Amino acid sequence: MTTCFNEMFDADAVRQPYARLESWTKAMPDALRHMKQAEAEALFRRIGITFAVYGEGGDPDRLIPFDMFPRVFTAREWGRLERGIKQRARALNAFLVDVYGRGEIVRAGRIPADLVYRNAAFEKSVVGFIPPKGVYSHIVGIDLVRTGPDDFFVLEDNCRTPSGVSYMLENREIMMRMFPDLFRENRIEPVDNYPALLRRTLASVAPAKCDKEPTIVLLTPGHYNSAYYEHSFLADMMGVELVEGQDLFVEGEYVWMRTTEGPRRVDVIYRRIDDSHIDPLCFRPDSMLGVPGLMDVYRSGGVNICSCPGAGVADDKAVYTFVPEMIRFYLGEEPILNNVPTWQCSKADDLKYVLENLHELVVKEVHGSGGYGMLVGPKSTKDQIERFRARIESKPSNYIAQPTLALSTTPTFVDEGVAPRHVDLRPYCLVGDRIELVPGGLTRVALTEGSLVVNSSQGGGVKDTWVLAE
Amino acid sequence: MILTVEHVTRYEYDAPMRGMVQSHRLHPSSFDGQKVLSWNVTVTDGVKGGSFRDGAGDLFESWSVIGPVSLVEVRVSGQVETTDMSGILRGHREVIVPTCYLQETAVTRPDQALRDITAGIRDMEPLQMAHEIAARIADAIVWTTGTTGSATTAAEALASGQGVCQDHSHAVIAAARHAGLPARYVSGYLVAEGVQDAAHAWAEIFVKGLGWVGFDAANKCCPDDRYIRLASGLDATDAAPIRGSSRGGGAETLEVTVAVGQAQQ
Repeated sequence: MTTCFNEMFDADAVRQPYARLESWTKAMPDALRHMKQAEAEALFRRIGITFAVYGEGGDPDRLIPFDMFPRVFTAREWGRLERGIKQRARALNAFLVDVYGRGEIVRAGRIPADLVYRNAAFEKSVVGFIPPKGVYSHIVGIDLVRTGPDDFFVLEDNCRTPSGVSYMLENREIMMRMFPDLFRENRIEPVDNYPALLRRTLASVAPAKCDKEPTIVLLTPGHYNSAYYEHSFLADMMGVELVEGQDLFVEGEYVWMRTTEGPRRVDVIYRRIDDSHIDPLCFRPDSMLGVPGLMDVYRSGGVNICSCPGAGVADDKAVYTFVPEMIRFYLGEEPILNNVPTWQCSKADDLKYVLENLHELVVKEVHGSGGYGMLVGPKSTKDQIERFRARIESKPSNYIAQPTLALSTTPTFVDEGVAPRHVDLRPYCLVGDRIELVPGGLTRVALTEGSLVVNSSQGGGVKDTWVLAE
Repeated sequence: MILTVEHVTRYEYDAPMRGMVQSHRLHPSSFDGQKVLSWNVTVTDGVKGGSFRDGAGDLFESWSVIGPVSLVEVRVSGQVETTDMSGILRGHREVIVPTCYLQETAVTRPDQALRDITAGIRDMEPLQMAHEIAARIADAIVWTTGTTGSATTAAEALASGQGVCQDHSHAVIAAARHAGLPARYVSGYLVAEGVQDAAHAWAEIFVKGLGWVGFDAANKCCPDDRYIRLASGLDATDAAPIRGSSRGGGAETLEVTVAVGQAQQ
């Protein structure tokens, strides 16, 4: 990891997007910095934003470290990312409509049938059903890493219910409160219209049976869920009701919400509950979190569910390999953003290569998340590598491997001052009757020196992410 | 053959319940071996909700009952004309790819004994393989009522050597999938003398070139013109003709009566 790309410094010269930040840090004495950091933490605590990102579990009351040093993109850099992300979100949705329809991409031999139809996330109960506006995944979170000035790679797609967007909004809010001068000196694109855009997106996919202003609700599994803060925050910012399964019921052709003024028909449900728990009459019969009968209403056109049940088949780590192929197949375009080269341990040749090069590779579980169950070869001991080798050999199809990427670094406040730390990025693309992307996202930072694992459960923090106006 | 069905499911509650929602697959489809002449489903105090046909070709109907209610009856009655197609499902409109039915579920996960059922059949033609699996399960599980329940797994039923049509079907499905043949659970009706206390079930196995073929291991035969096919799924729960949920109320007592007979000419 000797030659990773530093987003602020090119040799000793400061790269243009960070030009104004150099004087800002230099003018900040340690004492002031510590005071500001304490202030930021107090603000986060007061807001109550203490949940774990991306459903990683862990202590729900733990504060995720916030780093005050912003991460900055120029308008030109962002322009390319934006085109690439929107392209990917379109292709992923086209794929979902296709595999729940005629399955042309499988018939054409461009993706293996087993990978789609034997996938645990493939939902046969929605085969043949076309959701409103032909959109399956309404919020697509795309995880990106950078290795050079123009080199971005997609690490994974999240088509179900990506979390973390409340951090994007809160990080900005807190930075603006603490450093108003920075926002006068730099022309930074706003992100605060995200909730309004999300609401607009959800309203745009109301079912055809809805003939008035659609009623939208956010369905949460409840306050013990690690992302509950985000659920209540987003519901509040959108001005929609936050509901649990028991607040909704099915009667006749519709879903209704209990209110003090009597039942109110619900048109769009932004659900933050897994498919398997959404309706005990269609999925797990023992689940108490969902709404009995919801899937029948959904499939007969009485309500929309965002994201649609079954959307997860597009973001599986093994299906990921084929996203560039989806872009070519459905859009007739070349991918703007590249995938990380990936070896599938289910293939004999790939497995052989992986086992011979474990010390150089990152190996992940196909269905894993949160940075658990993965091996970072160059950062592991011989013993760790050998133990992981045994796991791969016992069930190869459960693993994929990627080269260890030299993730870019951005300046980060550490005890000794400012030092480079590795980062990734998750922007949130909204798909309804149009495709929208607010200029920004969630930057996660690996706070431990040299670490490549940005997950909050493993010592990661978060940063404000700026896109500069032209 | 013209078959007449009277199927009543009666739910009684100790104390009135506040409301009930049900998802029905109680309408047989029409295809080459089965033609619906008349069919009617009623639910006491029920409000009929949305209906649609899913990718497996089954017609769903949503029903809700607004409480308080202490008694609900779901009554199914109708006439179907059937033809013996030697178990082959032909002319049935469905779009789900057979590969999807290789998916294991908790009750159809094979253990060693279920895997052993497929021993020595790998070189057979798929149809012969399917027949062999059904025959071996029919021999291994003796039809006996009262020893297994709705949650019994295929492995448990095979280990005990006893079971009813649900257990036979789950075991056939588990073994067939293990042998690489897509397989699914089918719920329906079978002609019988007098009144039965449950509907019937069997398995379908996908045979390349032939399509879906039914196997009723409990009766050691393939479905013919004595059978009416209702719905399919990965297992009994996934293929249940009625799935429901009620809010509040006391203990529920369930009573099912099924009468399937040949219509008088």
